[in-house]
Amino acid sequence: MSLQTAPAGVQGGGIAIALKEAGKDFETAEGLVRALTPTNFNVREGEFTVLLGPSGCGKTTMLRMIAGLEAPTSGTIEVDGRNLWIADKRDNVALADMGMVFQEANLFPWLSIEDNIALPLKLRGVSKSERRQRARELCKLVGITGFEKRYPRELSGGMRQRASIARALSYDPKILLMDEPFGALDAITRDAMNIELQRIWMETSKTIVLVTHSISEAVFLADRIALLSPRPGRIQEIVEVPFARPRAVSVNEDPQFQHIANHLRDRLEH
Amino acid sequence: MSLDTPIVSTVAPQQPAKKRKKEIPTWIGSVTLLVLFLGGWEFYVREFNVSKLILPAPSLVIEAWYASLWLPSTWYHTWITALETMLGFFFAMVFGVALGAMLGKSPRLEKMLNPFIVATQVVPKVALVPLFVVWFGFGITSKVVIAAVLAFFPIMLNTALGVKSVERGYREVLASLNASRLQKITQLEFPSALPYILTGMEMGVVLSIIGAVVGEYLGGSEGLGNLAVKEMNSYNTTALFAVIMHLSALGFVFYAIVVGLRRFLIPWHESAQVKK
Repeated sequence: MSLQTAPAGVQGGGIAIALKEAGKDFETAEGLVRALTPTNFNVREGEFTVLLGPSGCGKTTMLRMIAGLEAPTSGTIEVDGRNLWIADKRDNVALADMGMVFQEANLFPWLSIEDNIALPLKLRGVSKSERRQRARELCKLVGITGFEKRYPRELSGGMRQRASIARALSYDPKILLMDEPFGALDAITRDAMNIELQRIWMETSKTIVLVTHSISEAVFLADRIALLSPRPGRIQEIVEVPFARPRAVSVNEDPQFQHIANHLRDRLEH
Repeated sequence: MSLDTPIVSTVAPQQPAKKRKKEIPTWIGSVTLLVLFLGGWEFYVREFNVSKLILPAPSLVIEAWYASLWLPSTWYHTWITALETMLGFFFAMVFGVALGAMLGKSPRLEKMLNPFIVATQVVPKVALVPLFVVWFGFGITSKVVIAAVLAFFPIMLNTALGVKSVERGYREVLASLNASRLQKITQLEFPSALPYILTGMEMGVVLSIIGAVVGEYLGGSEGLGNLAVKEMNSYNTTALFAVIMHLSALGFVFYAIVVGLRRFLIPWHESAQVKK
């Protein structure tokens, strides 16, 4: 396993993830709540897709269904052409194509950073020396070289989240799923992490699906934004973001950036 | 430690280390307090001519204790009490961790067993000691059983609490990685519950000694508890105090071992941080 480098934004034209009438209803004491109306949506290979919307719009539900953490109550989800959910049971081959990054870094406090990063490899029975080697490469990729032997509590929030991205990448999945990964970070760290994430994405040529409620984060990162709206949760609109890569933070001064952001804001308010 | 101390403890929240100026080390304060206490005791006994039968001076107690250290019988009784404590603690660990883990994993089982757990909790277990003596005889078996029964509850309850307290986010990480049931136990639930188990062990080891000694009070002819009763019956209060001192030292050794395990087993945990 090595980190491949490929020009960013190159899309194989294939479909990485396909939602086909995939929806989710939750049963609550007040009756059935529709978290996500049956939805059709394709994530293209190599693409950076952002699911944007206010809370309760089903964006996290959508991501968690793709990640294999929650079963859809209707429709199907295909990952690399394989049906992920067959009658509430996950297809483990399809699952292995994806790495998940949560809002909290969720590093295990009893493991050093390198052991946290290599945990997925340990579960897969990879030898210790190979795990060490891989953890070192990944620390370099996410910019935390030198912290391999530290414990999570010794790292700042931003660095912990870098480590959790490294963990999700450790087994070289084709797809990276991120659920508001920088939501718990301060604004300055968040900007820096957005730049870093763009670089990591360009260096590894993964398909990324990221959930956020930040409009500027969405426009900065995404090739395509799926705008979701609540009650009931559904995709309202899909917006293409055409800026060249790599984007600098200053891209937000671009009039077209403003235009897209304003458009999204209008749609979110109505 | 009394028997009705709450036996489930929460694990302390993380606190940022405070930077302190140069201060007198706290152990100097502790030693000063001890010296003051013993000094006050000695002074009181001498000044008011308190009978040796009621309260011997600490100097006499220490002397008697020191002298007893050279008697082989002292060490024989120590060994018996230590053995009962260790065996009782061992069985409490085996059953406590196993049942605690099952209760922690299965809310249904916990709900079902909860009335019984509460019922056995509120029974003053030392009241069962005569019964155990009747059932298991005057040998060490009855003491081992008592030590095990007393230590079992804090270990079981803390283990169950620890398994229930595994963070949801950590579980989701393993779920997204498709970990097996066994991997979930070895990689997450056990290490995550370990600080709680150790807290239960700290409480349990102290209760084990109490159990062994109370058992010796009531039956048999061996062990430090029995030695204490003999000294009491011969009105040798000084020797009784010496036995109590010896028992405390034994208790301290056991407790220190379990506390030492914390630093060794969970160096990552806040509770194992060396406070400066």
